[in-house]
Amino acid sequence: MSRTFRNTLTRRTVVAAGAALALGALAACGGGSSSGGDGETVAGSQADLDAALEKGGEITYWSWTPSAEAQVEAFQKAYPNVKVKLVNAGTNTDQYTKMTNAINAGSGAPDVAQVEYYAIPQYALSDSLLDLNVYGLGDLKSDYSASTWGSVAFDGKIYGLPQDSGPMAMFYNKKSFDAAGVTKVPTTWDEYIDAAKKIHDYNDKWYITSDNGDGGQTASMIWQAGGHPFNVDGNTINVNFEDEGSKKYTAMWNQLHTENLLSDAKGWTDEWFRAMTDGSLATLITGAWMPGNMEANAAGASGDWRVAPIPTYDGTPVTAESGGSSQAVLKQSKNPALATAFLRWLNNDPASIKIFLESGGFPSTTAELSDPEFTDAKSEYFGGQQINKVLAEASTQVAPNWSYLPIQAYANTIFGDTAGKTSYTNHSDLNAGLAAWKTAIDTYAKQQGFTVK
Amino acid sequence: MVAFMLYTVLPLVWLVINASKTQGELFDSFGLWFADTFALFTNIGDTLTYKDGIFIRWVGNTLIYVVIGAGGATLLATLAGYGLAKFKFPGRGAVFAVVLGAVAVPGTALAVPTFLMFSKMELTNTPWAVIIPSLISPFGLYLMWVFAVQAIPTEILEAARVDGAGELRTFFTISIRLLAPGIVTVLLFTTVATWNNYFLPLIMLSDPNWYPLTVGLNQWNAQAQGAGSQPIFNLVLTGSLLSIVPIVVAFLFLQRQWQSGLSAGSVKA
Repeated sequence: MSRTFRNTLTRRTVVAAGAALALGALAACGGGSSSGGDGETVAGSQADLDAALEKGGEITYWSWTPSAEAQVEAFQKAYPNVKVKLVNAGTNTDQYTKMTNAINAGSGAPDVAQVEYYAIPQYALSDSLLDLNVYGLGDLKSDYSASTWGSVAFDGKIYGLPQDSGPMAMFYNKKSFDAAGVTKVPTTWDEYIDAAKKIHDYNDKWYITSDNGDGGQTASMIWQAGGHPFNVDGNTINVNFEDEGSKKYTAMWNQLHTENLLSDAKGWTDEWFRAMTDGSLATLITGAWMPGNMEANAAGASGDWRVAPIPTYDGTPVTAESGGSSQAVLKQSKNPALATAFLRWLNNDPASIKIFLESGGFPSTTAELSDPEFTDAKSEYFGGQQINKVLAEASTQVAPNWSYLPIQAYANTIFGDTAGKTSYTNHSDLNAGLAAWKTAIDTYAKQQGFTVK
Repeated sequence: MVAFMLYTVLPLVWLVINASKTQGELFDSFGLWFADTFALFTNIGDTLTYKDGIFIRWVGNTLIYVVIGAGGATLLATLAGYGLAKFKFPGRGAVFAVVLGAVAVPGTALAVPTFLMFSKMELTNTPWAVIIPSLISPFGLYLMWVFAVQAIPTEILEAARVDGAGELRTFFTISIRLLAPGIVTVLLFTTVATWNNYFLPLIMLSDPNWYPLTVGLNQWNAQAQGAGSQPIFNLVLTGSLLSIVPIVVAFLFLQRQWQSGLSAGSVKA
């Protein structure tokens, strides 16, 4: 309690000092106190959730996921007494800004909200999310892949239920590989670097992949290398890019980065999708949710692409998560039982998950990940390959015990201004860039009232 | 001059050309020329009907915010600027200092404190949260003040008072005409500012039904990012094109008023 109070004070001081111009600052500042269910202790069981569904009521659900509309519709059909007001309050950062503001202001937050895994700790630490254990949702643990459950359940509490997941894999353009004479699909990073050279030698406008400085992507790559740069213990934060895993990653990636073997194309831009279409971008190291985006944005390359496991350092399969969302119940909710009941249906009921899969989402539920109907499906875009086999396999190989910072959303937004400026603009040593990132994260963490080690 | 032309016109040309392409063609055709299909009209149709025609609702919202917000801001700035220029009262210097100070504070910096204040008043997520802050235009006030000092000879006001006209009548029959060029200028500024306002509505509103065009279009754009994305860049481009049409029209129309106003003033002087 005293910590929450101190954080609130810090936040007020920050706002009063006019530091409000840092949008990211406020987006990431999870220091507010959450009221809502003030005073009353919530406790119950799954039976209470069924009762709440029967009784009905109205709740608000914030989400930007494309399947939300159809899911809400199906839910209301199944439970006609419940009215769910679906609001697309903006995509990730925009929604988090609004949610943090509403939490700080004490009203206006939704009952249920989509929260990406990296943003869960920031709301968990500020005590803004309902611990789903109070309704016994801990029983659902075995329904989800270990890595996604680990992202929502920690410190003995359950802060949300996983929706999608993004185990990383290597998407590669077979046509580009063939043209450049890359005959063996890289399984180790050394082979990957060789392939990068071959591709760039073949055509100096072609690159193995692109990286112009993305904090989320870098964190996932360090995760895969076995790094643990973000250490959180209560109110103490320790950022350490000097650990073995981080060093392993920079030593490997530097060989591509400092040798100009990576394209500068920024993710999700016109340039990036064009490169994906015309073959000048040979691979993507990204989450399992990527295929749908490629089909939509790089339709011209249909048939050219394939999926393989992410290359590793020593040949032992291991990967990391990139992105992915869960849904959580906010403490501000006036009807936590109903909100939790909706959440349980949304991310656990087969009918809801089916709608989610149909929208092109990649599941986090073990039942779907092992369902032959899912894994055996052939993708026309990927030349008839059964891509879900590769991706579902990856979801079981995620390196355990990863943690994000409670200020991760903010940290990711400043990656470009720190590491980007230090080492991306001149293609110099990534360690210097990470050091600059650490300095900025530490400074911000102190301002937010954390102890920095 | 050529470089300047390119700099200002090229983005517009690009917008017009690319608004005529389908989503797929955006990525596999040359950026500065037309693609095989001319999809502008299909795109316009899709933009207006996507998600039950929410685009039209956003246009309506923006118009409401502009008419009430910018119109109100202009009215308030005119009244206050005139009052400060033509009436002597204690505290005028202090007002001057506050206004000058307010001009210097970017609206973005005030947005979050404003949010907390409006939240206490339970006005967030309503149109009022966008309209009320838009009513305040320190720059407009300052401009009207300076303009009123120059444009209205105190002798005219004194003559009117001697003839027995009340202050309101003097204002609405005499002063307002002399102030017309200034009013149009302020209206132009506040209209553009409100039309383009992004950050304030972004944090105030969470219900897309109250979004102005800027926030709405950005949401469409953001839809292309991340897991499970649904890119509709073609609609974003067409929507952007449609959303600048009214502001261009307003600009041309007001500019004419503004110029004739200026010349009218010069002859009189």
